[in-house]
This record gives sequence, C-alpha cells and structure tokens, in this order.
Amino acid sequence: MAVEAPSRTEEPRTASPPAPQRAPGFGARILSRLRRVPLLIWLFLLVPVVFEVFWVFWPALNSFSLSVTRWDGITPAEPVGIQNFVDLWADPIFRTALENNVIWIIGFGGLSVVIGLALAVALNRPGPMVGLYRSAIFLPMVVSLAVTGLFWRVMYAPDGPINASLGLVGLESWQRQWLADPDLALYAVLIAAVWRQVGYIMVLYLAGLKSCDESLEEAAAVDGANAWTRFWRIVMPQLKGVHTVVFAVTVIDSLRTFDIVWAMTRGGPYNETQLLSTYMFQQAFTTGNLGYASAISVVIFALAIGFIITYLVRQSRNED
Amino acid sequence: MTSTTTTTTSSPPTARARQVRRRRRPARSPWLHVAMVPISLLWISPIVFVGFVSIRSFDDIATRGIGALPASISFEGFVTAFEGGGLWRALGNSIVVTAGGVFLSLALSAVAAYALSRFQIPLRKTILLTMLAGNLLPPQILLVPVSAITDSLGIYDTLFALTIVQVGFGIGFYTFVLYGFMRNLPDEVFEAARIDGAGAGKIFWAIVLPLSRPSMAALGALSTTWIFNDLIWAMTVLRTEDKFPITAQLLNMMGGFGSSWNVIAAGALVAAIPTAVVFFIFQKQFVSGLLVGTDK
Repeated sequence: MAVEAPSRTEEPRTASPPAPQRAPGFGARILSRLRRVPLLIWLFLLVPVVFEVFWVFWPALNSFSLSVTRWDGITPAEPVGIQNFVDLWADPIFRTALENNVIWIIGFGGLSVVIGLALAVALNRPGPMVGLYRSAIFLPMVVSLAVTGLFWRVMYAPDGPINASLGLVGLESWQRQWLADPDLALYAVLIAAVWRQVGYIMVLYLAGLKSCDESLEEAAAVDGANAWTRFWRIVMPQLKGVHTVVFAVTVIDSLRTFDIVWAMTRGGPYNETQLLSTYMFQQAFTTGNLGYASAISVVIFALAIGFIITYLVRQSRNED
Repeated sequence: MTSTTTTTTSSPPTARARQVRRRRRPARSPWLHVAMVPISLLWISPIVFVGFVSIRSFDDIATRGIGALPASISFEGFVTAFEGGGLWRALGNSIVVTAGGVFLSLALSAVAAYALSRFQIPLRKTILLTMLAGNLLPPQILLVPVSAITDSLGIYDTLFALTIVQVGFGIGFYTFVLYGFMRNLPDEVFEAARIDGAGAGKIFWAIVLPLSRPSMAALGALSTTWIFNDLIWAMTVLRTEDKFPITAQLLNMMGGFGSSWNVIAAGALVAAIPTAVVFFIFQKQFVSGLLVGTDK
C-alpha cells in the first residue's frame, strides 16, 4: 500500500493521451488504476458511502414507493396507484399549504435578500462600529429556528412588546392578535424567519462584494456615475454567482421550513399557516396517514429538485 | 467580524483620487451610523426583550403585562424551567447527541474526503456530487421511512438513532467541503511522506488530519449548531419526553407552562446560549464554514 501519491499530479497524464492510442489499453488502464488504490482507501470510501446510502438514499426511494400506497404504519401498506396525488389536488388544506409555500418563497426569500444585500453594501467597508453592526445582524443566526419561534411568540403575545410599543406611540388601532389572526399569522411567522435569515444572506453577499473588482467601480466613479448607477451597473453584475447560490439556497430552505412554523403556530389558526412540510409532518405523525404524507413529501421533492440541480451544477463547476 | 480588507487606504494624494476616495467611503459618513444604530438595536431587541421577560416573576408579568420592562429581578423562570421543565436532562441529551454526531460526522467524512481527493477513485466527482445531493434533499422525503427503519432496527426512540440519523444526513455536505480542502493540500508533502515509506493510513493520520484542522474546525462549529438546533429529526425518531433534546423539550414545555412566559423565555434563552457561545468562540471559522461553496 505504498503507492499513494500519484494522485493529482498523475491524473493529467492518464487523461491526456490522444484518442487513437486510448482504445487498446483502456480497460487495462482502469483496472490498474483500481489496483493502485489501497484496500484501506476503499474502506475509507465505502463506510461513509454505505452509511449515507442506507440513511438517506434508501429512505428517499422508499418515500416514492410509499407515496402510491395507503399505509397506517401497522397493517401492511395497500397499493392505491396515484390516488394519493388525486386526493391531494382536491385537498383544500394541501392547496393552502402550497399557496403558503409560494408566498413563503417570495416573501421570505425576497425580504431576506433585499435586506441582507442592502446591509452587506452598507457594511462592506470596514470602519468604526461596523464589526458591531455586523455581529448584531448576524446574532439571530445562532438561535435555532425552534427557539426563534419561541422568541417571537413572546414578541407577538397579545400584551407583548410589539403591541405595547404600538400603544406607546399611539397606534392602538394597529394592535393585533398577531398569531391568532388567520389573515396575518403567516406573515407574522415569516417576519420572524426573515429576522433570522438576513444575517446569513448578508454574510454571503459580504463575501461576494469582497471579491468584486474595485477598480471598475472607481473608474465608473471617475466617469461621473453616481452610487446608485454604480451599484446596479457595476456591482450587481459581478454578484451574479452569489445571486444564483442565494436563490437556490433560499428556495431549498423555504421548502424545508418546518421548525419555526411548528414552534409558533403548528400550522394554525385554521390551517392558515400550514406549509407543505408542516402539513406533511402532521399527516405522517399526528394523523398517521403515512402514504398520503409520503405523497406530500414527493411533491416537496419535485418542487426542490430543480434548485438542487442548479446548486449542484454550480458546485461542480467550482470543482473544475 | 470577518477579515474584510477591501479598502486599500494608502492611495496617492492626488486631488482626483482623494475625491474618489471621499465619495466611496460610506463607512466614514455619519449617515451610516444614523441608520445602523437603530437598525442594530431593533435587530437585537427580540433577544433583549426575551431576556427581560425571563428575569421577571410570574406575578409581575400577570399584573403588568409582558410588554412592560422588568421592575425587579427574579430567577423564578429559570428555576422553574430547570426543575419542573426538565431542562437539565434535555440539555444533557442535546450535548450527548451533538458531541457524538459532530465527532462521527467529521470522522466519516474526513476519511471519505481523503479517499476521494488523494486517490484515483473512478467516478469520484459523481460520487462526491451525489453525496452532496443527499444533504440537499428535503428532509421531509426521508422522515417516514427513517422512522420506520429505526423502528425495525429496534433503535427507535433512542439517542443513538438520533445521532446516527444526523450523521447520515450531514455526511454529504461535510465530505464535499473537506474534499475541496484536502484536494488543495500541497503535493510535495505527500511525495515526501511516500518517500519516507509512509502508507496511506499513516499519511492520513500524520499529515492530512493535522493539516485539515482549519476546515475541520469550521465544519465542527457549523455542525455543532446544526445538530444542537435540530428539531425535526428529534421529533421523527424520538417519542419519550426523557430523551428529547432541548429544542423538542422546549416546545413540549409550551404545553405545560404555556401561560408562564417567564419560564418559556428562560428556557428559550438557555437553549440559545450554547450555540451563541460556540459562535463567539469560533466566529471566524463559523463564517468561513457558511461561505463554503459560494466563492466564485
């Protein structure tokens, strides 16, 4: 097992011979390549891979097969074809959850990107206090989503700080039962989620701004472009890569969102804050409709897969 | 916080350059502070308010409302949360799962990343991206089968199951990050070790692991907060209250102490403190961990 180092240095050599020479020894080369990897290394690779396959890919496949069954977890699953999906389409709560998820992606994504980007631009340059401001914006990020939910339950309590502050400035008419109002509850939860997300988005954009070419902006400034024009014409195009990542991450996160809704409203009042993930969880572990819940999870997967691939394609380009 | 060195200050003092510099320095303008001081205060206000609520007594909250500022300090909320709410046990469970989960995840993904980055494994890029894809899947698609699998293995409702599930779901991301790091380790070091007759295992242990410390620290900080903050996996594989980690236990407490806001606030603060400590100690690593994969 002494042969180890011919890793990166050798690779171009194996890959580079011109096409005609390649045909005869191709299979043999693969074999010799395989043999050159020590047994221990195969073990190093296989243990984690098998582990992940068993705990991630195998269950994921199972969800697909469960989604075409009716199953209560006790008696054997009974195949029902696409009935679950037909039922979903007619299910008003599922429709609400789907709509709420769209609102969530747009509202949660849009607000956290706009605020996060604005703060990143404002706090891009070092200066007195800037580190403190950044830390303040970033702090909520370390609080778990479940605990964020509890924090904001305190904030939104009927006699809590938000209503008290509104009363203090004479806006009594704006006071609400934030989390009990079917029209407002979803947005109240959304604000709490944005509060936590902004710091993360800001960090991503701060890093993006750091790698922007400064001389371009300077040149534009010399040419008389004002800050607004410079931002839109010079800075934004350079952030394209970060935008893609932020977009993909935001959508993937939005489709996963569960903890904060569960902690604040559990999907209520009257299922008005139900997201696909919370409805799925409720169907699976509260009601016990495991097949139906699997069908919802397949819908979540179908909505997420495009963005997962976007993210992966970008990552694989980074690897080159 | 992070090292941001965008400005190159020692510029030539020509009139034009100075003009440009003045225009391009929003950080020096008072308006930044005029805007940012209230925004920052507003941003941390929920944490401050929860802090206020947690140190008030139940009677005080009942008579003066949650919105009022504390008139006196009382640790009643913390005492009740720890004694009646079982916070110690929940905190212990969280720490056990987090420690085990972080250690196992990093160990497994370090060996996988080593194999993929330093050896000519066929299809390694496909393997790597597939592993990463596993981590990007919505957890919802795993919940029902994972719960059934832990049940059939006889480990449902154990902290062991929760740890294992966390590791399985996280491994793809950690492997991907460590791969990127290990791939860029200088080849000369490996060459030298090979000439000295070191085998693959020895090289991993004596060279790769010590050199990978910075990225391991970043991932360690990140995964600590992820596993500690998790709720959904805990609710999927655990049933008994005795085994709940702190996030699940807090939501459980809401049922019993729903009207005792001071208890809820105290519990929420206690749950937030460990990750906040990790964040402040490892702030730099934490942020660099978040940035993984976003650099152009």
